[in-house]
Amino acid sequence: MNFPILSSIILLPTVGAIFIFFTKSSSNKNQSSKNLALFVSLANFILSLYLWFMFDNSKSDFQFIESYEWITGFANYKVGIDGISILFIILTTFITPLCIISVNATIKNRLKDFLIAILLMETLMIGVFCSLDLIVFYLFFEGGLIPMFLIIGIWGGDRRVYSAFKFFLFTLLGSVLMLIAIIFIYLMTDTTDFNELYEMGINVKYQNLLWLAFFTSFAVKTPMWPFHTWLPDAHVEAPTAGSVLLAAIILKMAGYGFIRFSLSLFPVASDFFAPLVYFLSLVAIVYTSLVALMQEDMKKLIAYSSVAHMGFVTLGIFTVTQQGLEGSIFQMISHGLISAALFLCVGVVYERMHTRLINRYGGIVSIMPKYAIVFMIFTLGAIGVPGTSGFIGEFLILMAVFSKSFLVATIASLGVIFSAAYMLWLYRRIIFGDLVKEDLKKMLDLNKTEVIILWSLTVPIIFFGFYPEPLINTFEVSVNNLIETFNVNIQMNLAKNNL
Amino acid sequence: MINLNLVFPEIFISLSIMFLLLVGVFKSKSSNLVYNLSIITLLASLALTLNYPLNTNFVLFNNSYKIDYLSTFMKILTLVSGIFVMFISSKYIQINKMFKIEYPILILSAILGMMVMISSNDLIVFYIGLELQSLALYVLASFDRDNLLSSESGVKYFILSALSTGILLYGCSLLYGFSNSTNFVLIAENISSSSYGLTFGIVFILVGLAFKISAVPFHMWAPDVYEGSPTSVTFFFSILPKIAALTVFIRFLYVPFINMFDEWQFIIVFLSIASMLFGSIAAIGQKNLKRLIAYSSIGHMGYALAGLTTGTNEGIQSSIIYISIYIVMNLAFFSCIFMLRRKENYFEKIEDLSGLSSNHPILSFSLLIILFSLAGIPPLAGFFAKFYIFVAVIDQSMYFLAIVGLLSSVIAAFYYLRIIKVIYFDKEKEKFDKDHHISLKISLVLSSIFILFYFIYPNMLNEIISKINII
Repeated sequence: MNFPILSSIILLPTVGAIFIFFTKSSSNKNQSSKNLALFVSLANFILSLYLWFMFDNSKSDFQFIESYEWITGFANYKVGIDGISILFIILTTFITPLCIISVNATIKNRLKDFLIAILLMETLMIGVFCSLDLIVFYLFFEGGLIPMFLIIGIWGGDRRVYSAFKFFLFTLLGSVLMLIAIIFIYLMTDTTDFNELYEMGINVKYQNLLWLAFFTSFAVKTPMWPFHTWLPDAHVEAPTAGSVLLAAIILKMAGYGFIRFSLSLFPVASDFFAPLVYFLSLVAIVYTSLVALMQEDMKKLIAYSSVAHMGFVTLGIFTVTQQGLEGSIFQMISHGLISAALFLCVGVVYERMHTRLINRYGGIVSIMPKYAIVFMIFTLGAIGVPGTSGFIGEFLILMAVFSKSFLVATIASLGVIFSAAYMLWLYRRIIFGDLVKEDLKKMLDLNKTEVIILWSLTVPIIFFGFYPEPLINTFEVSVNNLIETFNVNIQMNLAKNNL
Repeated sequence: MINLNLVFPEIFISLSIMFLLLVGVFKSKSSNLVYNLSIITLLASLALTLNYPLNTNFVLFNNSYKIDYLSTFMKILTLVSGIFVMFISSKYIQINKMFKIEYPILILSAILGMMVMISSNDLIVFYIGLELQSLALYVLASFDRDNLLSSESGVKYFILSALSTGILLYGCSLLYGFSNSTNFVLIAENISSSSYGLTFGIVFILVGLAFKISAVPFHMWAPDVYEGSPTSVTFFFSILPKIAALTVFIRFLYVPFINMFDEWQFIIVFLSIASMLFGSIAAIGQKNLKRLIAYSSIGHMGYALAGLTTGTNEGIQSSIIYISIYIVMNLAFFSCIFMLRRKENYFEKIEDLSGLSSNHPILSFSLLIILFSLAGIPPLAGFFAKFYIFVAVIDQSMYFLAIVGLLSSVIAAFYYLRIIKVIYFDKEKEKFDKDHHISLKISLVLSSIFILFYFIYPNMLNEIISKINII
């Protein structure tokens, strides 16, 4: 038995949280618990990098598998990773320390509780990406509601209560059907082990219904139009670190779920429902982009742009081609970095001015040049300019979609134009123009921590924009394998129908 | 020769009740002594019950009294929660000037009645147990006799309960008329074909039982009685009678009438769906914690009943797991309510919890866990309770029931979240006292730990309960 590295990565943040829970809470000594949280999350990041280093790119099956008996007769605690999941784990462990560093003046009261919530959230998010058992997956997937509800509700803005409730009830309602589907699968096949189900294949007769049940849950979380209405509210009201976690990682759990469960377990249904997903994704791309254009609140604008970008992701996933899937995974990672960065940028000016309204800003390039530079890079990344990681993902997805349908690809390409429109317009209104507003003149440029946070996000965005190989190599084999199995299943089903 | 050893726990409690009454009468200012002695009585009879292996299977008194795995498990559950109830509520009844000798003795009699109910294998024995329990509960509900609400709740409970008991008794007589026996096993043998008379009999008895566990549409009494009774009695109400009534439900449906499954299944499905939906919707507008708990317990009983609709051993087991976890959650929740005390006053409004988290971080963290668990959010124990129920229900292809159950659990999540909102998101108020009785702290910590860490090793409870095989 090897060292259980995956479980340690999952549990380390929780252990840290427990330690923080038991440290004496004196109001001024928050620094020590922050350092502890930072230390834990950084250690976890290093562990996950080590995991990536040890990971064997050339194998398509799951690695670092750990399996323990858990509920006798039902489910085992089983975790493992393949090329797809490892990148999400690294994304999670990379974003969490940044969130913890970024926590400062915005979280005035109960910093300790906030750190605990963030660390617990990290555990649950990593758990989602490496669980190989449906029930374990559901536990991690749903468990995340509790800390996120508190993060939005306790430390959020004025309408935090409404947003927290909306977030919680929407996602809970969405995933209820998934629970029924999981129980149904268990009763039908007598197992909830992902590998066994994957090899066994699920009866085609039930695939459509089961797919729909999983779909509602993931569609709410992605979020796809028309289930997206919770997202702008949640984003706007959440504190910066909460928005970052939400945009960078929680949204990706659903995209990951589509790849891991919908495509792998219900291939025939995925093929059958692909047009539906195309339609919803296109509406999301066009409609939410237009909505984003009209926003007056920066966070809301970025939230709507997230919906549009996730529309690209779902579009790419359901083409089920090499390029489409690789593009989607790449887009998710890159969007995780870019949207996190954008929310942090908003957080920077919000902290100084305490407003997110776009028209309260203008011309701050002359007083905050450093800020203008990083914000430019992230804006370009969000647009998908070549040379940033945003480009690679969108390009691959559009290529894949072109091979499937010209019309869909044309409409989707509109989204790229729209994204340029709203992002650049946002940038112009905030950064350029004349500095006329008196209260803006007192703003200070980025301080040291902010420089560290924002530049550490810039590096991967540009690096992977020029050199995407390391990422693509990691998931290529797994994606290939997934597509092969998918096609075999489709062929078999076709042959059966023709008989 | 009847093996009286097996009913020794019951005999011991009855003797103690008589002894304690004498002590109370002849020794002045003995309420403290009587209270402690009653706790010792419960502990002793728990020890006596544990003395026999769980898997003993005996019938006594002409087949009318059954000691088997189910009854022993449920008795242990009853006794353990009875002990906790006594421990936790001692300070409350002292402060509220209800510390009289009758109080513990009434609780003992109620528990004795429940134990008889749990073991009953005969309609008459069952009825004796039921009445003993109910009579004690009527008095307990109005124990705070200077309080108008308390007296009112006692009278209300008495009248409604008497009515339902009357219906139940009429059902028993119908059953006797159509099957020539009051014994569960003999009834099963004697009924060959189902007739309307039998069906009516079953329905009447189910009405009486549904009243006891406050399932919709026989729930009317619960909110008022829960709110009006002293909190310690509400606590008792929300836990112990449910255990006994559920056991009788199981035994009654699955022993004499297992062959009439098709006829009663629909009734239980209706009770279950109505309770789940009503419990979750009606609780939304409540402002009083005790009233809210009444509605929430109506909802929870709906889930427990859902397990019984399946007609399988797995279904019964899932119900028993549900009720066990529910008991722990309620235990924890009431421990928290008892901690809301300033000087001599206890608080029971939701708004009193406002901003609790900044002054009492640990108490509010426990409440957070308990409420999320009651709402059934993973990975807490409450989720697993619901999960097993749904597995059993979906196994019988009852998708409608499962979907209604899950939807109402989402609705129910709303009102639990509302309490959490008040605790965590709202402005803080005055601090509550912190000098709590040690037993209160222990029970809160133990039950919170159970709720929080149940998911790590769920097998322990499951294995014990998986040995309950009725069919």
